[in-house]
Amino acid sequence: MDRPLAVRARGITKSFGEVIALDEIDLDVAPGQIHGLVGPNGAGKTTLLGLLLGLAVADGGKLEILGTPIRRALDAPDGVAGFVDGPGLYPSLTARQNLAALATLRGRDARSAGIDEALDQVGLTDVADDRTGGFSLGMRQRLGLAAALLTEPRLLVLDEPSNGLDPIGTRHVHRVLTALAAGGTGIVLSSHRMDDVETLCSEVTILATGRVVFSGPLSKLAAENRELDYRLRTSDPARARTVAEKAPGITVVEDEVVRALVPALDELVTALMRDGIAIRELTPVVSPLEAAFLALTEGSK
Amino acid sequence: MTATVLARPAPLSRGLRFELVKLVSQWRIRLVVLACWIAPGLFVAAVSQQSTLPVDTLFGRWMHATGWAGALVMLGFAGTWALPLLTSLVAGDVFASEDRLGTWRHLLVAVRSPRRIFVAKTLASLTVIVLMVAGLLVSSVAGGLLAVGNQPLAGLDGHLLSTGDTAARVLLAWVCVLAPTLALAAIGLLGSVLLGRSPMGLLLPALVALALQLAQMLPIPVAVRLALPGYAFISWNGLFTEPAQLGPLLIGIAVGLVWAVVATTLAYVLFLRRDFTSVSHDGIGRRAILAGVLPLAGLLVASVVVIGATTGATASGIDQDKVQRSVATAFAHLYRIQTGQLNRPDVTEAQLGATADCNKGGGKLDPEGAGNDWRCVVSWHLPDTPATGQAVYQLDLTPDGRYMADGDGPKEVNGYFLVHTPAGDAPNPLWQFDGNVDLLANEPKG
Repeated sequence: MDRPLAVRARGITKSFGEVIALDEIDLDVAPGQIHGLVGPNGAGKTTLLGLLLGLAVADGGKLEILGTPIRRALDAPDGVAGFVDGPGLYPSLTARQNLAALATLRGRDARSAGIDEALDQVGLTDVADDRTGGFSLGMRQRLGLAAALLTEPRLLVLDEPSNGLDPIGTRHVHRVLTALAAGGTGIVLSSHRMDDVETLCSEVTILATGRVVFSGPLSKLAAENRELDYRLRTSDPARARTVAEKAPGITVVEDEVVRALVPALDELVTALMRDGIAIRELTPVVSPLEAAFLALTEGSK
Repeated sequence: MTATVLARPAPLSRGLRFELVKLVSQWRIRLVVLACWIAPGLFVAAVSQQSTLPVDTLFGRWMHATGWAGALVMLGFAGTWALPLLTSLVAGDVFASEDRLGTWRHLLVAVRSPRRIFVAKTLASLTVIVLMVAGLLVSSVAGGLLAVGNQPLAGLDGHLLSTGDTAARVLLAWVCVLAPTLALAAIGLLGSVLLGRSPMGLLLPALVALALQLAQMLPIPVAVRLALPGYAFISWNGLFTEPAQLGPLLIGIAVGLVWAVVATTLAYVLFLRRDFTSVSHDGIGRRAILAGVLPLAGLLVASVVVIGATTGATASGIDQDKVQRSVATAFAHLYRIQTGQLNRPDVTEAQLGATADCNKGGGKLDPEGAGNDWRCVVSWHLPDTPATGQAVYQLDLTPDGRYMADGDGPKEVNGYFLVHTPAGDAPNPLWQFDGNVDLLANEPKG
């Protein structure tokens, strides 16, 4: 292995008083990988991201960031950037001043720190000299990302980066993240939107009440053997329902909705064709990822 | 595998710069700094042109006579209103603003040292407060000197100070009130750390200052009075007597500085104990508020004990002998000024040999403590006149040792009439005058 993992966590636990926020968490993020962290509210996503940023130290377990073991709070190695709970911006400063103040704080000359490039990458060049007090949530998110870009991070930690983004903003953010990952930066981002995770992430970790309920490639998650609900629209709903009720491995949930594994579904389609019933639509009611997510997180409650 | 270098915390100088940029970028801070550098000058210049002067404020009655009086009127006003509000605005908000904006985690990730964040924020608010105080001083001095001019000032005991001496003492008085200002600022820092987003944090220095002023208006024992951190807002006027009343002033400064150090240290300790990871942080719990309040209460008790034991001052600090000496001294100095203004032959204070005989409540009350029922009969001799001159004064004496003497006859000595002065017509200096007694002095001097 020539380069260390961006994140290597083993058995991380963290509690606040009597509340266990994280319970035996394992997490691996390779350089160049965009890793999604999903889970319902209160699952511990923000706490875990805070540990990665070095805001706090875990109560137990081992955490290595960019190959460096983390033992104390704020002990993060150089090259970690990002934000939790929304980007930190000062509303009385303009977008450019916010970035310049941050660059100066890190000991870099504000003129040569690449502020214009960072603003351009997130599509905020036009509002660079506006006070951030008037920025929308989406603009703030993008400026927070620009602030992280200034440090040329090797591990980027983002909490709900697509909150409040319009389609253009989303495209800017996706482009920036993909380019960073292509350059070898490991990225961990939390989201509650599975479509976001599907487009961006190669791997995903699902947290529920402080535990990892799934971790691995997205393809593995979707392919997990699980009955799904499908919407089935046909030319003759009444007869189709009779056929479906007789077919093996098929449960009729309601009119035009059946629950089945993929092989049983294949057989149902053939049976319907045989009876001369035309199929007009056959789609999962929720995306396979979302279904998996719901099944996993609800199961753990 | 190469070991990655740990990110080093940002140096303090850059953190300080960052904090200053944030403070100065706020409109209200800019406006207030600007106001501090402009408004006092305009105020002093405008008031100096009025026919009625703010005689309720110390040195207000001298604003026509010399430009330096304006800076001292401003100082009295600043100690009551401006400085508590300025410290509230700056120090009371410097930590709470990060709570309000939700930027703590951002700041911690950027600076990577809570210690340096604390020091940088403290130094930044100190810088801005000192900048504001300097503005108040420079502006009020400039306004006074431009509108009225650089004439000698009559001190609190009536003796004339040379212009150079006046300048030095005015500057020194403003430097002295930095001590209680710093104490209020430190209380502001503590409130800002403890109370987070709550508006109580922002108001704390102003509320504490108000409570301290109320306490100073009450007849409390001298040891308690001196142990209150705002006492130097009052005791700076000891610089304007001869000899200067340094005891109360130095104690006031020391108490102010000790409060500043203790409250800042408390704020520091509580700030470092704070956990920035839990999402919903809104200040610190009740236990921590106690942790902030109890040590300060302990400090107050300890300083009362120490001051009481070292000075032996337990009563009101105001007795008949002190009042008589103070009134006689001020009368003699002012008589000499009046003599000059009426173009009579000069007499010295020694030739006058003024004495005062004071009683309280028409002689029925113990002549001790504050009250508006003090009455003094001043007697003096003129070198070429065998008869003894006598004049009567009614005194309104407040518990902090200041008094206003109001002439009660004979009319030609201390009644209201106008005299000619270089600055134009002015009321007879013996008609009404301000003075004070040194609450700590035990033995007659000299």
